Amino acid sequence: MDTIFSINGPVVKVKNARAFSMQEMVYVGNKRLIGEVIRVTESFTTIQVYEGTTGLQPGEPVEGTGAPMSATLGPGILDNIFDGIERPLKKLEELSGAFIADGANVSSIDTQKKYNCSMTVNVGDKLNAGDVYCTCPETLLIEHRCMLSPLSKGGEVIWRAPDGEYTVNDTVVKIRLANGDEQELTLCQKWPIRTPRPCRQRLHGTRPLITGQRIIDTVLPIAKGGTAAIPGGFGTGKTMTQHQLAKWCDADIIVYIGCGERGNEMTQVLEEFSELIDPHTQRPLTDRTVLIANTSNMPVAAREASIYTGITLAEYYRDMGYHIAIMADSTSRWAEALREISGRLEEMPAEEGFPAYLPSRISEFYERAGYVENLNGTEGSVTIIGAVSPQGSDFSEPVTQNTKRFVRCFWALDKSLAYARHYPAINWNTSYSEYVGDLEEYYTKNVNKDFISVRQEISTILVEENTLMEIVKLMGTDVLPDDQKLLIETARIVRVGFLQQNAYHKDDTYVPLEKQYLMMKLITDFYALAKKALADGTAYDKILSLGWADRIVKVKYDIPNDKPEMFDEYTKQMIQDFEKLTEVA
Amino acid sequence: MELKYVGLSEINGPLVVLDKVKNVAFDEIAQIQLSDGSRRLARVVEVEQEKAVLQVFEGTKGLSLTNTTTKFTGKPMELALSKEMLGRIFSGSGRPIDGLGDIIPEKYKDINGSPLNPVSRTYPRNYINTGISSIDALMTLIRGQKLPIFSGSGLSHNKLAVQIARQAKIADDNGQGFGIVFGAMGVKNDVADYFKRSFEETGSLERVAMFINLSNDPIIERILTPRCALTCAEYLAFEHNMHILVILTDMTSYAEACREFSSSKGEIPGRKGYPGYLYSDLASIYERAGIVKGSTGSVTQIPILTMPNDDITHPVPDLTGYITEGQIVMDRHLEQTGTYPAVSVLPSLSRLMKDGIGEGYTREDHSMCANQLFAAYSKVQDARALASVIGEEELSAGDKAYMHFGKLFEEHFINQGFDVNRSIEETLDLGWALLSTLPKAELDRVDEEHLKKFYDPDKAKALFGE
Repeated sequence: MDTIFSINGPVVKVKNARAFSMQEMVYVGNKRLIGEVIRVTESFTTIQVYEGTTGLQPGEPVEGTGAPMSATLGPGILDNIFDGIERPLKKLEELSGAFIADGANVSSIDTQKKYNCSMTVNVGDKLNAGDVYCTCPETLLIEHRCMLSPLSKGGEVIWRAPDGEYTVNDTVVKIRLANGDEQELTLCQKWPIRTPRPCRQRLHGTRPLITGQRIIDTVLPIAKGGTAAIPGGFGTGKTMTQHQLAKWCDADIIVYIGCGERGNEMTQVLEEFSELIDPHTQRPLTDRTVLIANTSNMPVAAREASIYTGITLAEYYRDMGYHIAIMADSTSRWAEALREISGRLEEMPAEEGFPAYLPSRISEFYERAGYVENLNGTEGSVTIIGAVSPQGSDFSEPVTQNTKRFVRCFWALDKSLAYARHYPAINWNTSYSEYVGDLEEYYTKNVNKDFISVRQEISTILVEENTLMEIVKLMGTDVLPDDQKLLIETARIVRVGFLQQNAYHKDDTYVPLEKQYLMMKLITDFYALAKKALADGTAYDKILSLGWADRIVKVKYDIPNDKPEMFDEYTKQMIQDFEKLTEVA
Repeated sequence: MELKYVGLSEINGPLVVLDKVKNVAFDEIAQIQLSDGSRRLARVVEVEQEKAVLQVFEGTKGLSLTNTTTKFTGKPMELALSKEMLGRIFSGSGRPIDGLGDIIPEKYKDINGSPLNPVSRTYPRNYINTGISSIDALMTLIRGQKLPIFSGSGLSHNKLAVQIARQAKIADDNGQGFGIVFGAMGVKNDVADYFKRSFEETGSLERVAMFINLSNDPIIERILTPRCALTCAEYLAFEHNMHILVILTDMTSYAEACREFSSSKGEIPGRKGYPGYLYSDLASIYERAGIVKGSTGSVTQIPILTMPNDDITHPVPDLTGYITEGQIVMDRHLEQTGTYPAVSVLPSLSRLMKDGIGEGYTREDHSMCANQLFAAYSKVQDARALASVIGEEELSAGDKAYMHFGKLFEEHFINQGFDVNRSIEETLDLGWALLSTLPKAELDRVDEEHLKKFYDPDKAKALFGE
């Protein structure tokens, strides 16, 4: 029996052990705390423990499980909340009360609940890796599809259970493998969390993840299967933005990872999402959501694991042919967990105490996103949206910089916008999206053929304003010529009327693409008309006195989402007003 | 039979090492008896086979390799708890120091607490009326929230904390219990005394439990102080259903104690020499606020920290801001112009505010009024920046209006005096009156309906003159 040699925080060492392999899951001590082997040398095996180590003594047993840290995958994952190593928090509450005790051994998914299963295979069918053999409604929204493990060589179905009610551990199908062995298939399977689940091939993502947030959908879009980072100092609205995306984006399933964040925030997601109704399906949002919560005071090693647990769950549903969006809030806490463990291992630190392998870990994580063709031929995607909390709001720190290298969308949150309560506080000058080109075709086909050109016009206005602001900051707006004043005013309309979005307003919290386009179009129409009027000799003040600037700013509230035809009236009236103006002139 | 170990094998700063010890558990507490009979407490911070590293709370002064006997208690650090703790004064490690003798414990609890299961939390929604306009209107304090005060040396953060504690209508309508737990880490004697005196003057001393570690007390004890205070608070809140306001000052001293201890342990430092796990460590304190399902009590935290060199990006305020649910930032410039409380409105924030205000909580126009005040005041900053370049005379009429608004806002809204206790109605009406000094078109965060109801330049004129 191997025993504990030393304990230092979450790091435990075993002396002269031979039996352990790297990344093997182990039980530590009499309380059977869950741990993982992270280093093996001739004399010492080092283990990180995912629970509190208070009270642990040298000499207590350490027992290997022979398998790497794995997630249990099967029906019962959705509408649930787990800790970093996939233990259901509701079950833990039943076991140990409001405060989480160490060493609680519970199964990840409910083993008692029965699901109404329909078999999709018959005796004699050939099953290959990734093929679906059974389906059941997991929630009213999502059909769960049980698949043959991606590692299986495949085999022939020799028995199938009749359709009916089964628990996750009941055998529903038996297959004979190529070598003649029989294998029993249940509704669930295990998968090591640090290994990406394979797919047949990666596809080029050309469909946007529609979020209903104007600055994202039009200015800085993200594709399904894409990656985005939201960096921002505290109080700039990272969590708020993530919540908005989780609520409104058109993914089939949301995996929300609360990694080292506030307990109250997770409670808020739990409460809010069970009350909110998904606009696409009229069901509570929890039906399509799974939460992973490792709050900032929960054990730090489990924080490191939570990210991998989350993405493994996402990949599993992707394999069924769903589109998944992962919200990871915040990846900086995960990086800090890496740093903490690395420090305890006395590894040589690189930048700011972070281990030298930080960039490779970050890239491994983001590379698990993608739009893919699954082994069973279906298409699915995993989109990763990771929040980054830079130390001291300094974007040059290692986590932000390394994340920037591996994501294609960068939504930089800005302190001064947040101070002015301009939400979402995404700074349009420092942010970028590399997906615009990929998505051009979709927008042109599905929204409007002018979408891209109007979008470009809006972007140009903002860029020009940015250059002009250098002068304005020094001399004020009064000294500018009229056409530049008009540009500044139009940019204000774009900022206040378009980019700024009110998450608490019933219409403004989610805006369909069509309305987004019409709003942009109204602004560019106004700009064109006003420019023309100026050229025709109308005074700038006269144009302002028409009051259209303020009307356009309030369009987001005044025109309901389901009445796009009102835009036509607006445009007509605006054109008339301008005509009158030039006639007078 | 009780095992006692004679002598030590190494002493290094606050750490001592014992060799050839048996059955020592990680994190357990040991008692070290000196040859002169005095006792000190120590905690096991690392064990390796038969070697244990201990952290001595009261410091290692006077310890030698031979003059001690050490006894392990087999338990992590526990605090004796009782309802009688209110009205008493304790040392940083939880020993009574007011000369009234030991308390009669109803229960012992591990001071490190356990993480609260997010499933068992109730999301905080009830606002606390502090009577301070800037806080109530713009960064509303919610029961069960953790809202720190970011301050600097020489600013009036202590006065503000006392005013909040005094005016906060935290108790339920049915007059349910309300208590204050005060934890002082490394504060000056004067500061501890100021709080004690202020609580006495307002007659609330019998509702206050004080845990005091002065700046000349041992630093390791400082690491225990907030944990003892919060264990006491949790006990009163969740087992006796009381509403507890926890004031912790000064978190910067606490973090410095962590740094001192970490460096003597030879750990790899993170930013500015603070240990890499400072975030997790601070979180284990701040996260102990909230409301637990099935209990009607609550723990609300107001930690106070001084930003070294007024730098909000310093690791301590920075990490704190990432954990807490907002912050109240104090401003030196406002303080110097005689404004009290010198709350810097723009960087201040309450994250829980959005769900605790509006109809049924404060007033339905609250969020609109607050948003517009924020937006307007942020434009004041732009106008001021411009005025400092081209002079106030040269500003456009719009910018001049903002300059005027900014002055009034600071004079009448932020500034309010130590004894002034405003109701939420007074505060919001004042806010609307101030907004009414601006041209109507500038109020772009307000809808027509509310403009009609609240925009009233004549009233503003009557209030503030021309």
